[in-house]
Amino acid sequence: MQGIPLIFEKTKTGKEGFRLSPLEVPKVDLSETLGEDIVRDEVNLPEVSELDVIRHYTELSRMNFGVDNGFYPLGSCTMKYNPKINEEVAAMPGFTELHPYAPEEISQGTLEVMYDTQNLLAEITGMDNFTLQPAAGAHGELTGILIIKKYLEHKGEKRTKIIVPDSAHGTNPASASHGGFDIIKVKSDSEGLVDIEALKELVNEDVAALMLTNPNTLGLFEKNIFEISKILHEKGALLYYDGANLNAVMGIVRPGDMGFDVVHLNLHKTFSTPHGGGGPGSGAVGVKAFLRDFLPKPLAAQKGQMYYLDYDIPHSIGKIHGFYGNLGVVLKAYAYIKSLGAKGLKEASEIATLNASYLLKKIEDMFEVPEDILFKHEFVVSCNNWKEKFGVRALDVAKRLLDYGFHPPTIYFPLIVDEALMVEPTETESKDTLDAFADALRKIYQEAKEGPDFLKSAPHDTPVRRVDEVKAAREMKLIYEG
Amino acid sequence: MRFISHAPSEIEEMLETLSIPGVKSLFDDVPNDVKLARDMNLPRPLSEVELKRELLEISKKNKAADYVNFIGAGAYDHHVPAVVKAMVSRSEFYTSYTPYQAERSQGTLAAIFEYQTMIAKLTGMDVVNASIYDGASSLGEAISMACNIKKKNKVVLSGSIHPEYVATAKTYGFGAEIDVVPSSYTTSYETDWKQVEGLIDGKTAALVISMPNFFGVLEDVKQAQEITRKKGIMLIVSANPVSLGLLKPPSDYGADIVVGEGQPLGNPLNFGGPYLGFMGTKSQFVRRMPGRIVGETVDTDGKRAFVLTLQAREQHIRREKATSNICSNQALNALASTIYLSYLGKKGLNDVAYHSHANARYFIDEAKKSGNVKIINPKVFNEVVVEVGDLDKKYQEALDHKILPGLKLDRFFPKEKNKLMVAFTEKRTKQEIQKLLELLGVS
Amino acid sequence: MSNIPAELMYTEEHEWISLEENRGKVGITDHAQDSLGDVVYVELPEVGDKIVKGEAFGSVESVKAASDLYAPVSGTVLEINEALNDGPELVNKSPYDDGWMIVVEVEDESELEDLLTPEEYEEQVEGE
Repeated sequence: MQGIPLIFEKTKTGKEGFRLSPLEVPKVDLSETLGEDIVRDEVNLPEVSELDVIRHYTELSRMNFGVDNGFYPLGSCTMKYNPKINEEVAAMPGFTELHPYAPEEISQGTLEVMYDTQNLLAEITGMDNFTLQPAAGAHGELTGILIIKKYLEHKGEKRTKIIVPDSAHGTNPASASHGGFDIIKVKSDSEGLVDIEALKELVNEDVAALMLTNPNTLGLFEKNIFEISKILHEKGALLYYDGANLNAVMGIVRPGDMGFDVVHLNLHKTFSTPHGGGGPGSGAVGVKAFLRDFLPKPLAAQKGQMYYLDYDIPHSIGKIHGFYGNLGVVLKAYAYIKSLGAKGLKEASEIATLNASYLLKKIEDMFEVPEDILFKHEFVVSCNNWKEKFGVRALDVAKRLLDYGFHPPTIYFPLIVDEALMVEPTETESKDTLDAFADALRKIYQEAKEGPDFLKSAPHDTPVRRVDEVKAAREMKLIYEG
Repeated sequence: MRFISHAPSEIEEMLETLSIPGVKSLFDDVPNDVKLARDMNLPRPLSEVELKRELLEISKKNKAADYVNFIGAGAYDHHVPAVVKAMVSRSEFYTSYTPYQAERSQGTLAAIFEYQTMIAKLTGMDVVNASIYDGASSLGEAISMACNIKKKNKVVLSGSIHPEYVATAKTYGFGAEIDVVPSSYTTSYETDWKQVEGLIDGKTAALVISMPNFFGVLEDVKQAQEITRKKGIMLIVSANPVSLGLLKPPSDYGADIVVGEGQPLGNPLNFGGPYLGFMGTKSQFVRRMPGRIVGETVDTDGKRAFVLTLQAREQHIRREKATSNICSNQALNALASTIYLSYLGKKGLNDVAYHSHANARYFIDEAKKSGNVKIINPKVFNEVVVEVGDLDKKYQEALDHKILPGLKLDRFFPKEKNKLMVAFTEKRTKQEIQKLLELLGVS
Repeated sequence: MSNIPAELMYTEEHEWISLEENRGKVGITDHAQDSLGDVVYVELPEVGDKIVKGEAFGSVESVKAASDLYAPVSGTVLEINEALNDGPELVNKSPYDDGWMIVVEVEDESELEDLLTPEEYEEQVEGE
């Protein structure tokens, strides 16, 4: 059967879409100018008309689901509304047509935005200096880890271990490992917070840093953060803040004030820039002043009225990106911060937390939920009881939600909760949407009661039905060969 | 407040449902001494009208954006067709997340599958990932991958690779504890093959070359093939994808991993990002490749569908043992490149490459006629180094005529005084090239 | 209830080994294949490679998980199960027969002494 179409199947020999201006300069003999050995025959790309292209990609887009299509409570991903003015601003030709090696005196606009954004993020997080060079959250993590490594090397210390909580996102151990560190896990206590006693036992002169989110991956605030900070710092280790969950606490607490030495932010989460189906993001990294000289180069700086790129960073880790980062994304974050201001950002965090708390209240009777916990902007419930009572798993609930027109929450994460659903509604969703989502879950609960088969075969009303991941992995058809 | 969707009365209802007096109660577990006791010190919020006005003013300070652009050096001023802009502006694409829920993400998944296929055709590689951050970081990832495959910890870099790629590779090497050893380039701006060969030892996993190289020059790739074959190491090639419209794919000269900057394929300059790094390799190395990969499969009705596959390599499953820490990549930029390549097609990409090259050759041939400037190595694709007396003055004169005449090489190589690197795309007109020649003193 | 043959020895990481003279045949247990789910790839060493007791000698992947394979004994790899290249599902279908992974030449039989008996392994599995 046919299924999802591909552009290659629309190809007809001789069809053309794009046409160039006529060649004004003399023709060249490629075998002479390039060399006979290196000139290739044609590349077998599609041959389609302009309208073919438009129809094909419009059709593909309709098989997608974005925040503009509906509720997208994907835990730890902060799928908030992406304001349209940000897109318009970032598409201004003054920004898009600027070459990265254009002289600084005629690139002042983007340099100003970079400089301002570095400072705005510093104020929001309580850090001293920011780099915008990392292109995504994980890229920011690697940058932060390398800053720590370089700093320790500079101090003449050889520390080989990084501690991550057992609830951490997989990028934390992967980033630390690609920074050349060994990973040790610290377990969570019965409340879901870092186990302080366990941490004390782990921290010694071999430990370079602890990587932490706060609120943590379960959506809980690490209230012992000062003590955690003290445990690390007393032994000469640093504290790293994964900004994945900053959307819960803007204007309420700041990582810098909590004792964190290095932070990375996901501008594509907290600061409203769209995810683009998996990027581009931006993983800005902030540090306390004592780490400034280890940041990647260059940083945007100001002298008098002029902005410039400052390459004078004595112990810099070097470059982590070919140019200066995903500035098109940075611009959208800049526009967002300028739209909201201090009160607006704080309100965003408050309403994000209100929305999560409210939604949890509406659905908690259907799930296994830890008691007496103040979740922040997201919460984790378990479908264990569904599995035991009805033989329905978190995956089935997720797939059925697609039929109801909702993107499912994150499932099976964090790993320390069985059958986890991790729900992050964000501040931009209306009460009506939250109520509708709660109603859909209640209907699915009824369906589960009536028998698992219908849910196990969900989704029923999507562009394709449940896909065979095992076949994909075993057969490995990774390019079109038709 | 902007972007909040509740009516005030609804907030009251929600607080009532939660039996709390106000949102502040939701933060009761946060110790008071941790809380920020003041308002953040940020500029006052702007209305949409104010914001647009302010940013338009700022954008106008980027005067260079209006200039005729002859700067390349890894980012090229090719035309971005309206079709590409229109399609990537569809919010079903740009407001979606990574396609974890395959059943409702077939648009993104099918497009990535098309992207993988097109990059495979361009590079001659068997498998391609869904993209990496940019050209430089894709090289960083490639050296880690090669060292992982070969279980070695050193790579040798040709001296004619983009200096900022070398810097990025060194940073990745610092993390992964890989010795990244660059060699030097020759006076004709080519790889010093002899030196390269001498630097390769028993610890070396791979040789990295760039094609065309940073200076625009076409390398003698057979040398790279012979050396790597003789030494039993891997060959990593960093390629300009537009050049592959004319040049043989790196698979033809023995590349094991091909990476490069995808910006020239339908992505605007944006002062250096967002771009995309592409990466392809041979099928036997697919499980060592970083990044997302989409595979073809079927759904329960037996219809063709696409899904993220081989995820056991990735950080969310393998954590510290993952092939890379990469998670978000540059999906929307890869989508732009896919649409670009579809729209240009077989003939269009060839035309763009040909016009860019022909423009470069025109410049070279005209410049050669004059004694005032010197072309150091004319065997190039679309970018060439020219020696120009009194360059700083002429550069400024060009700027006065709203022309960005190229990159002054001493930005990266202080000894390269009075050397200008000039790049050509299909957008440059004969008249613009003539004006540049005139400003450089070629009459 | 998973199948735990009485004639085999086990590791805490869910490998089994059978011994014929000095040839040790190694695979993963029924319990292990069941928790992994559909196996899509098995990465094995090459014939002639040395493996070391307690260290990883390969890995096994399903769609949602990946797990290293730990050597129950030290020795030289004599054979690998080539059939797993094209048929990783054999590990699911027949973990103790067709889904075997390697045969290793056992150098020091005393290394087998601290492996788990079927009873001990069963106890471990039930405790999980």
